[in-house]
Parts: sequence; structure tokens; C-alpha cells
Amino acid sequence: MGSFINASIGKKFLVSISGLFLISFLAVHLTVNLFLLAGQESYNLVAHFMATDRVISFLEPMLAVGFLLHIAYSVILTISNQKARPQKFAEVDTSRSSSWPSQNMFVLGGLILAFLVLHLSNFWYVMQFGEMDYIMYDGIAVKDAYTLVTGKFVIWYHVLAYVAGAVFLGFHLLHGFQSSFLTLGLYNKKWRRRLEIIGILYTIFIAAGFSLIPLYFLIGHYAG
Amino acid sequence: MSKLNAKIPEGPLADKWQNHRESIRLVSPANKTRLDVIVVGTGLSGASAASTLAELGYNVKSFCFQDSPRRAHSVAAQGGMNAAKNYKNDGDSVFRLFKDIIKGGDYRAREAYVYRAAQVSNLSIDQLVAAGVPFAREYSGYLDNRSFGGVQVSRTFYAKGQTGQQCLLGAYSGLIRQMARGKVTMYSRRDMLELVLVDGKARGIITRNLVTGELERHSAHAVVLATGGYSTIYYLSTLAVGSNASAAWSAHKKGAFFANPSFVQIHPTSVPQLNDYQAKLTLMSESLRNDGRIWVPKKKGDNRHPGEIPEDERDYYLERRYPAFGNLVPRDVASRAAKERCDAGYGVGETGLSVYLDFSQAIGKQGKDVIRSKYENLFDMYEKTTGENPYKEPMRIYPAGHYTMGGLWVDYNLMTTIPGLFSIGESNFSDHGANRLGAGSLMQCANDGYFILPVTIGDYLADDIRTPKIPVDIPEFEKAEKASMEKLQILMSVKGTQTVTSFHRRLGRIMWDLCGMVRNEKGLKDALQMVGKLKKEFWSDVRIPGTLYEVNQELEKAVRVADFFELGHLMCEDALAREESCGAHFREESQTPEGETKRIDSRFSYVSVWEYPTKGKHHILHKEALGFENVEIQERSYK
Amino acid sequence: MEFKLKIWRQKDARSQGRFVDYSITGVTGNMSFLEMLDYLNKTLIEKGDDPVAYEHDCREGICGSCALYINGRAHGPADEIATCEVRMRLFKDGETIVVEPWRAKSFPVIKDLIADRQALDKIMQAGGFISVNAGSAPEANSIPVSRESADDAFDAAICIGCGACVAACKNSSAMLFVAAKVSHLALLPQGRKEARKRALAMVAKMDELGFGSCTNTTACETECPKGISMTHIARLNREFLLSGFQT
Repeated sequence: MGSFINASIGKKFLVSISGLFLISFLAVHLTVNLFLLAGQESYNLVAHFMATDRVISFLEPMLAVGFLLHIAYSVILTISNQKARPQKFAEVDTSRSSSWPSQNMFVLGGLILAFLVLHLSNFWYVMQFGEMDYIMYDGIAVKDAYTLVTGKFVIWYHVLAYVAGAVFLGFHLLHGFQSSFLTLGLYNKKWRRRLEIIGILYTIFIAAGFSLIPLYFLIGHYAG
Repeated sequence: MSKLNAKIPEGPLADKWQNHRESIRLVSPANKTRLDVIVVGTGLSGASAASTLAELGYNVKSFCFQDSPRRAHSVAAQGGMNAAKNYKNDGDSVFRLFKDIIKGGDYRAREAYVYRAAQVSNLSIDQLVAAGVPFAREYSGYLDNRSFGGVQVSRTFYAKGQTGQQCLLGAYSGLIRQMARGKVTMYSRRDMLELVLVDGKARGIITRNLVTGELERHSAHAVVLATGGYSTIYYLSTLAVGSNASAAWSAHKKGAFFANPSFVQIHPTSVPQLNDYQAKLTLMSESLRNDGRIWVPKKKGDNRHPGEIPEDERDYYLERRYPAFGNLVPRDVASRAAKERCDAGYGVGETGLSVYLDFSQAIGKQGKDVIRSKYENLFDMYEKTTGENPYKEPMRIYPAGHYTMGGLWVDYNLMTTIPGLFSIGESNFSDHGANRLGAGSLMQCANDGYFILPVTIGDYLADDIRTPKIPVDIPEFEKAEKASMEKLQILMSVKGTQTVTSFHRRLGRIMWDLCGMVRNEKGLKDALQMVGKLKKEFWSDVRIPGTLYEVNQELEKAVRVADFFELGHLMCEDALAREESCGAHFREESQTPEGETKRIDSRFSYVSVWEYPTKGKHHILHKEALGFENVEIQERSYK
Repeated sequence: MEFKLKIWRQKDARSQGRFVDYSITGVTGNMSFLEMLDYLNKTLIEKGDDPVAYEHDCREGICGSCALYINGRAHGPADEIATCEVRMRLFKDGETIVVEPWRAKSFPVIKDLIADRQALDKIMQAGGFISVNAGSAPEANSIPVSRESADDAFDAAICIGCGACVAACKNSSAMLFVAAKVSHLALLPQGRKEARKRALAMVAKMDELGFGSCTNTTACETECPKGISMTHIARLNREFLLSGFQT
């Protein structure tokens, strides 16, 4: 196994598999967020389920490991990739040969990470360690996550940050989605086009979903 | 004449090779590991020979001038490789392949040699398939064959238009495998400058390291030249720009006889010259003639767009002159016919030096998609080169120097007249007589490298099993290195005004005009004068910038061109001495009333073998008589 | 046509290089890029200057010798083309053209526009072959190969080993080169037996020689003169991962 991890493709495998794990997490996360649109009670109950379910709480540290693996091996690979060309070309034109996101995954990843710090301190940290109001539903006291979240989504610069985060994430996914499958070897002539389309649809779903929710509340706040 | 013993084995034609293999001497595996062999050149023949010798246990030193052995010019062969497998059940056999090659070569090749080539061709295909060459397949999964110019069976194995590349890479993969095992030491970016003889035997070479410029001595128990052909003497040819005759020529000067130097095949279908700085001509596979029709306007100097010239004002001259074979006549015939039309003033294009190869009828009949599926890569290549779309307007083509049937004389063991010096592939005078059939070159290279040389070299090396490693600090190496250095220093010291390329271009022009597709006595005599004069001018006015000890591409070119002057001289002498026409060699004095080649078997049924003059100025001509016991000699007619 | 040229000049591997400006007039559209350089060199030699060194041989896009990075693209301003096939009509009259050698840690520059690509041969030595000795091959038709596999194998086998994939890749990765060979041989029954071992060995060698890793940008595919597809990289990944799980 040592030679496997030492090889570039072995490291890429870890980036790819962790990436796919994070991609699937995004779908869950967005689904949960969509409950915001259904109202306070629905969202709070889902948030409560997420916080207390045993399977979910088992997966939570896994998610952290996924993030760390994804970031750590991306950094390791990027450093060695940088070393592979000590003298750069004077002029580089990739306009015809590859997409902008594919050339800038590391930068996009960095921006997403920065957003993540903001995001975690806004919500996750507060929910875990901060002081929260409780609401009773059918005799169970549930943290009022809804108020916490929607409270942020009416402040324009927070909304801007969330929309920007979603856009960075979208560009990252645009390349990352199909790239993960390619790295796993799950890619051929027939599936190439299909993965491209599925990737684009998925990216739109994620990026649009994550940016429309805060915008919905912001617009509602000012219009209402 | 004792030196010209071809060592053809006794017995019936079909048994000669078998008998020979069973009777020649062998070297035991333990002894092989003590013997070194130098192989110069890494094309299909050189790479396959080096890898096979290493597999057998010899220590091989392999040389090429390119950065990697994979770039040798076998890579550019397009059409295919012949073998007598009879997979098509169309009546093919070893004997029929043999007969086709003999006839195609216009009865100027050795029977025994050609028959062996036909026999071994089947093994070569097996070997290349096993090495992973992706030859074209039928839907059943079995190998496909196609037909090629000048024959009536389908026996050509092919990998789209890149058969040479695929075969070469197959041989290269064997070579690198032996490099990884340490049995082949690869010396790339090296030019061979001199052959080193010790006691009259080939024992090493002097090379120039093309990166540092240093001269190096390399020794071995035997030396194999697999250095390809020399059509680059015409400057513009279908060959790679770096292809050259210098290694073979240095061997010739040390005593290896040169056979049939003037037998050069001119390929009929290359993209014509487009500008004055052009460095080479791009070949279009002859397979295009299966569907393309060749024509020129009936009216002299007609510069209308080809589409505006009506059908009855077009001269389909090949169909007119050769109704039986039409556009599919052999290469030499098609080339001469194109030249005849252009010289008479009917040529098309800016220079008037091209003819149309028209696919409009084939596209009309079979549809664009069918034509595309057959020739896509060739059509793309044409469009990339000329900027014209061959689906819409006819291609323009013109003949170009291509393959040299001539080369170092070798016996049945592929050994030259220097003991221990072998020559394989295009660099020897080969199986092809006075003209080579399409798809015969790859066949010969694979045969020589995989299956013939590795066996026959043992017959020579059996005497050397007690010879220790050849030292390089002996006077013979010193002298050879000094001679090489002197030549380089003289070249560098000329410091004239003209570039090497300008001389090469002028030499090429002389050779092309006077010793190309059509030759005559006066022209050849003029050419001898002109080449001599140009050579003098070269040695007094060539300018080579830079120094000896660095990457100096002008110096590399100069060394090659310097040798081309001498080779060009010999080609003209050879063409002059052969007062008949045969195959690609067309002497105007010897033609039929219809303007076809006329052989004179009574006087010229021999191989012209030239000895470099040790004293005096003139090459000495030896004649190796050719006998034909197994085929009936006929007039070569394609009417 | 006339052009301004910015060409990388470097005396040898040890020296520092720099860009030198040249102007050239009297170029025609049907000149190849290399013929334009020949023309420039002629004028340089006649002036007593050192000509620009660059590699070339077959000049018809099959030997893989030519390797110039022109205006920010491997092999210049067209897709799926080798430098020698680039014609001057692809440039705008009066344009400034920047010419560099391939740049990568594993391709040291020897002189001017010549980069040493022997690292590619070294990768091949690690396993880019089928271990068959001359003489032991079975009859050619005894191993049928489906036409699809043969065609796919051919599409990978047409790699000319020019190294444009490395130059085009922002990571200087040789993945497309390695993938072409691994895929070609893995698709044929003859090469199947060693397929996984081959993938492991060639990738290990690629990493060892200082090439970067693949981030699937597809730049290599567009600049590859033979248009070798990314799907071959996927096959290499498959072979590699399966071999990793086997051992």
C-alpha cells in the first residue's frame, strides 16, 4: 500500500474519492437547507434530526476527515506540481485547450476554504458551542437554528459572501465533478459526455440552490 | 573478384535458407555474453537487430543521431508491410511474393536473397503482432490485408496510414526492454564519422557527440550499419531532413563496396514544392491512386481553375497510356509519366510542376463519407500542408525522391566486403533490384533485423569467441579519430560566405535534373563536371558558424553534405555505366518506341559493385552476375 | 508577410538563457513555421551570427522531433498539430511571435529551443513493451483482436512521443504519454498479461523523474498532435488502481 500512496495516482485517488464524498455531502446539505423555505418548524426539526441522529453523528467526523484528506493531498500534489516546472513559460495560452476552473482548482479551493471558515464560525460554531434559543415541538426542546440562519440571510454582506461561496463552489465542481470520475477511471468515450452534462446539472443545482436561499430571504426582507 | 562471393547456399531455392541456417556456425550462449556488437541506426532494421542480438546474449551498443531511437525515419512509412500469409485465400504464396518482387525490381535482384525475404516475411508479421503492433483487423478479429501497386493479390498488412510508425514502435519497444535489462547501451545524439578497422576487420566506430561536440571511440567485435537510404541527396525528398549517407559512405571509403548507387525510386505522389525555403516534400501514400484519377489539361498552359476545365479537355494520361493498369501503374512508371507531361508544358500550379490527382468522380460515385473513411488522415495532411481542401478541388502532386535501392553490397550473411561489417535494411543494396514495390521496405527491415542478421552474424563471430574486448587505446582508433577531427577542423576553417544548405540545394538540383527520374549520357557527364565544381566551391566557400565543441547543427549538415558530393559523383558514374533502362533507372538512350524502359539483359544483367579507389581517382567497377533459374525473364509491361 | 520574433536563446545547459528579438520580412503564408526559422537562420549565418538551434526531422508530423512552444501553446496556434505542420498563414501579418522550448524540470534545455526529452525514453524502459523475444511469437492470426479493441489501441498507439502533453500541462505531467502506451498495450490480448505491472512501473518512473501529476485539465488532449483522448488517462487510472488493490 505504501507504493500506492507514494505514487501520484494514489494521492489523486484520495483527492478524488474524498472529493466525491464531499460532493455527495453537498446534496444532503442543500436538501437540509431547502427546508428553510418550508418554514421555521420544518427546518428546526430537520436540523435537530441532523444534530442527534446516530448515523449522522458518525458521519460528521468522517466529513471532517474527508475535508482534511482533500485539502492535505491537494496541497501535497500542488506543491510537487509546482516543482515540476521551475522555469515558467513566458507566455501561456490555455484558452482553447482547457477550462478556466480546471486551471485554477487550487485557487478556487482556497477561496472555498476561506468561505468555509466564515460559514463554520457563523453557524456550526454557534450551534455547537454558542448560546441558542430553544423551541418546544411535541414536547421536545429543539434549538432554533432557523432564526439563527435567517437572521444572517437578511444582512447584505453575509448574503454576498454566501453567493460568492456558492459561485466558487460551482466553478470548483464544474471541473471537480467529472475530474473525480476520470481519476477513478470511471470514464470512457460513452460516459465522457454524460458525465459532463450530469456534472453541469449537478453544479447548477448546488450553486443555484446555495445562492438562491440567502437571496430569497434577503429579497423577502426588503420587499416584505 | 574473390571479394564478391555472395555465398549463396547450395540446393533448391526453397531450401537454401533452411540449409544455410542448419550449416552455419553458432556461438554458444556463454560466449555470446563476451561479444560486443555495434548497431548504428535505430530504424525498424536497426532497432529489431539490436534488441534481437541482445535477447540472444550479445552486448549491444546502439547509436542514433536523433534524441531518441523512436524517431528513426522508418516512422514515416505509410502504406504497409507485405507478407505471404495468403490470409485472403487469393492464391498468394511465398513463391508469388518472390516473383512479384523480382519482376517489380525489373530482374536486377538476386533470386536467393529475394526468396528468403518472402519466406521470412511471415515470421516478421508474427513477431510484430506479438510485440503489440495494432495492425488493421476485420470485424472477426483477424488481420486485414489490402492490395498495393504492381501486384494482383492482397498481402499488405497495414495500420491506417501509419504502418511504419507502428512497426518502428514495436521494434523500439523491444529495444528499450533490452536497454532496461542493460543488454543494450543506447548512445543517442551521436553521428558516426568513421569506421575503425583492426587487422582488416571492422572493430569499432568514431562518433561525434552532438551535444558536447566531443569525438568518442566505441569498439566491438562486429559492426552493423542500419543507417537507411540517401534520397536526401536531392535535397528535397520524402525523407527526414536528417537522413544521410555518411555512415555508409565512411564504410565505403574503408573498403565496403557500394552496389547500384544510382537505383533511386522516385515516388509519384508527393505534395509539390510550395516555396523556395522548403526543406522537404510531403509524401502522399500511393494508396490514393486506388480512387484518385490523375490528369492534366489537354491545352498547354491552361490556367483555368480545375473545376472549370470540362471533361473532354482533360488528359487522363495514365489511363490513356496504360489502359490495363491505368492509375495503378508502378511508382517509377507513374513518376516518369508525370515528368513527361510537365516537361512538355502541360503541368499545373504556379510552377507548372504538378499534376492533378482528382477524387471528384470517386466522391460522386462512393460518397464523401466512404472516401473520408479511406483516406482521412491523408486528406487532412494535404489540407494542413497546402491549405486547399481536397474534397472540393483536386490535389496537386509531383514526384519526389524516395527510396534508394542501392546501398552497401552484402553477401547472403548480410556482411559487406569488410569482414565484420554488416549492413541491413535500406542501407544495403537490398532485395529490391532496380525498383521497390510498395510495402516491401518494412518487410525487408523487419526480416533483416529480427530473423536474418542475428543468425548470420554468428557465422562470423564464431571466430571471435576467444577475442577479448577490443581496446580503444590502440593506434587504429587513434588514427581514425585523428582523421575525423582533421576533417571537421578543415570544414570549420573554411569560413566562407555561403550556407551549407545553399550548397545542398544546388547539389540536389543537379542530381534531380540530371540523375533523377530520367538520365542520359550527356546529362550525366555534365552532372559529373558540375558536382565536381560545386564540391570544390563547397570546400572553399562554405560558412559554418559556431565551434566544434557545442551543439552545432550547421556542422552536422556540412559533414553530411560533404559526403553527398562524393556519393553524387558515384551515382552519376553508375548511371552512366549502365547504358540500359531498368526499373527506376531510365536512360533515354534505351527506351521502347512507346517511351518505356528497355532492359538490355545480354549486357547488363548484373549488380554494379563499386570499389572506392585506394589509388587513383576513379571508382573500380565489379560486376556480380545475376542468374535467374526460377523465374522466366519477361519484359516488364503494365499496358 | 513580416513578423517580430521573440526567441529563447541559450548557449548550453549550464548557461542562462534570454529572449532575443528578431524581425523577419518576406515570409509567405505557405512556408511552414520551421521553414520560416530556416530562412531566419540563413540570414543570421550570412550576417555572421549563430543560428537558432531547434529540433526537427521528418517534417510531416510523425517523428515527434519538433517541439516548440509558440505564443503560449505547445506546437503553436492550432489544435492537434505538430510544430512542423504549422504554416505561417495561421499567423496575422505583423504579429509578434514568442518562441520557447518545452519547459519542465525533466526536460532540461540543451541549447536555444532544444530541450532534452530522454526522460520519456526512461519511462518507456520501465515497462512500455510486451516481453516477447524474436522467435517466440505465435502465428499472427492465432490471437484474434476485436476490431474495436484494435482501433482503440491504434488511437493510443499513434503517440509520437513529442512531449507536447508535458509542455501543455500546467503541472508538467506526462500522464497522456504514459496513458497512451499503457492503454495501447492493455487493450491488446498480447499486452494484457503485463498491463497492471506496466501501469505501476511506468507511473512510478514518471513520478521519480520529476514530472507532475495529472489534474485532468484536458490541455494535453487539445495540444497533442495526434489528439490522443483523455479516455486513455482514465484507462491508465483504472489499470493503476486495480493493480494497487491487488497487491
